[in-house]
Amino acid sequence: MSLIINKEQCVGCTLCVKVCPFGALYMENKKAVVRPEQCTLCGACVEACKFDAISIKRDKTVQADTQARGVWVFCEQKRGVVQSVSYELLGKGRELADKLGCELCGALIGHGIESKSRDIIQRGADTVYVVDHPQLKHYVDDAYTAILVRLIKKYKPEIVLCGATSIGRSLISRVAVKIHTGLTADCTGLDIDPHKKILLQTRPAFGGNIMATIITPNHRPQMATIRHKVMKEAAQDPSRQGKIVKESFEDNVYVSRTKILDIIEDVSATVNIAEADIIVSGGRGMKGPENFKIIEELAEVLNGAVGASRAAVDSGWIPYSHQVGQTGKTVCPSIYIACGISGQIQHLVGMQSSKTIIAINNDPAAPIFQIASYGIVGDLFEVVPLLTKTLREKLKK
Amino acid sequence: MNIIICIKQVPDTADVKINPETNTLVREGVQSIINPFDMYAIEEGLRLKEQFNGKATVVTMGPPQAESALREAISMGIDEAVLICDRAFAGSDTLATSYTLAAAIKKLGDFSIILCGKQASDGDTAQVGPGISTHLDIPQVTYVKKIESIKNGVAVVERMTEEGYDVVETPLPCLLTVVKEINEPRTPSLKGKMRAKSAKIQLLSAQMLDCEAARLGLKGSPTQVVKIFSPERRKGGEICQGPVEESVEKIAAVIKSLIP
Repeated sequence: MSLIINKEQCVGCTLCVKVCPFGALYMENKKAVVRPEQCTLCGACVEACKFDAISIKRDKTVQADTQARGVWVFCEQKRGVVQSVSYELLGKGRELADKLGCELCGALIGHGIESKSRDIIQRGADTVYVVDHPQLKHYVDDAYTAILVRLIKKYKPEIVLCGATSIGRSLISRVAVKIHTGLTADCTGLDIDPHKKILLQTRPAFGGNIMATIITPNHRPQMATIRHKVMKEAAQDPSRQGKIVKESFEDNVYVSRTKILDIIEDVSATVNIAEADIIVSGGRGMKGPENFKIIEELAEVLNGAVGASRAAVDSGWIPYSHQVGQTGKTVCPSIYIACGISGQIQHLVGMQSSKTIIAINNDPAAPIFQIASYGIVGDLFEVVPLLTKTLREKLKK
Repeated sequence: MNIIICIKQVPDTADVKINPETNTLVREGVQSIINPFDMYAIEEGLRLKEQFNGKATVVTMGPPQAESALREAISMGIDEAVLICDRAFAGSDTLATSYTLAAAIKKLGDFSIILCGKQASDGDTAQVGPGISTHLDIPQVTYVKKIESIKNGVAVVERMTEEGYDVVETPLPCLLTVVKEINEPRTPSLKGKMRAKSAKIQLLSAQMLDCEAARLGLKGSPTQVVKIFSPERRKGGEICQGPVEESVEKIAAVIKSLIP
């Protein structure tokens, strides 16, 4: 496969060089030239060229397994509770399955979780495959991988979706390699190509500066992880009926090389920023650890979590588990309140998909105001406590 | 103890900007850096090397210019550096990349631990580390925030989770992906910088690896990028610059209307 530049048609306009997101094109003697080691054949230049001078030559490859049917969702559970990201995926999965005219199935792995299959059916699944075993109580890489690989090989789904959580990302990367298929990480959009009936997987790249749509044309299943809180949770329908299929395997399948010695849950609700619907974050403008109290108070009134910028974490004002941004967590709450955060790109990539962003900063030129839905220019030590007081009254707390 | 650290050279996100006219990435003048998460892997590798009197090797797959990332790692104290570089690797997705890196690591001989950053800052996939461990058929622990102990061929580590952390035991050899909390990377010493200038970098081409050509590069990559576009840019909204009481009243009303 390669990018072909027709030198006779190239007029040297440099448009392709400008649109290439990978810096793979340059000009030589007023003609475009490709650096093959940097080219990913994304096709941005093909579309941009007004002179039809660029084309992509694709090798004939093996055809996809046309027998593969069905959309699967890996239903992540922790301590026997199905995680909300799974319900979000069931919502999206139902839509995809309906477009393809196929079944939506859940894969549920754990211990003492069989009764949860009903919940998964009520959220839109037609069939739930359950593997219940004492050694599967907590997530372990080896056993979960072995089981999901066996289920996929047996039932041959065409699409497998999984939450982009710490468990999901660890598990599904291994499964995709074992099955030898494509996997697209951290999708924010999924759709079915109406003609080719394949999965269109859209995800941010370069810290959210560009979006890419990715396909897995010749391998099955097409696999993707999806960010938490991007898709809408499937509504519960208590009357919905479905099939529950129990699966079990020979003993060695449940064996893992790694062993969990202890599970420590020290992250309180005010810290779990990945799950929070409202986040109040503090940055360099907080000036010191003691001042985070006013952030906590505002978060408490809103039942929200406390976040922080890298500047605040690196200064030792607040633990790393609160950090939002490139080297911290990516969050997507419905309301994100940034206090004393200037809005460096590394912070923005971690929170710019929040539904509503409210910025409080004393510098009207701070970059955060360029992306904020609402902003207050003012001293945060005056604004934040007043906002807490006003909201407490308005929300009658 | 042989420690292998996989790193990636990435564009510095701080420099990545969108040209508002063409809506495309401006790449001119964008600095290349070692993926920020890989810095923690390098530092952890150096600490293990010092603790166990071992050898630390950095490995990267990339274009010839990725050599500068390897030299930077050497300046921090890394013993050996390997550049996996061949046109046959161009266009690799995470499956082909992890396959190639695993093949290169096999070529390097015995090892106790492979360290990777939890993900790269350009692609953000977090798939290559687990991919390597799967190809090599070794256990893995992802999102490691602390190595508690390594003895008698067993490592005990803390894996960060959404709710806290798990204490996980794994036999060696294993692969760990690390998060920022694990350490604070050192700055290169002057002596290290001098050594980095003249250090020999081992080059591995596709032919030198024991691998199937059909599994490399674009050919070995099941995923294809079909479209690239600019995200809808968030536009600035309403900014209140008036008296604080007025601004707060207004924003509080907005927040209340957003809460169900």
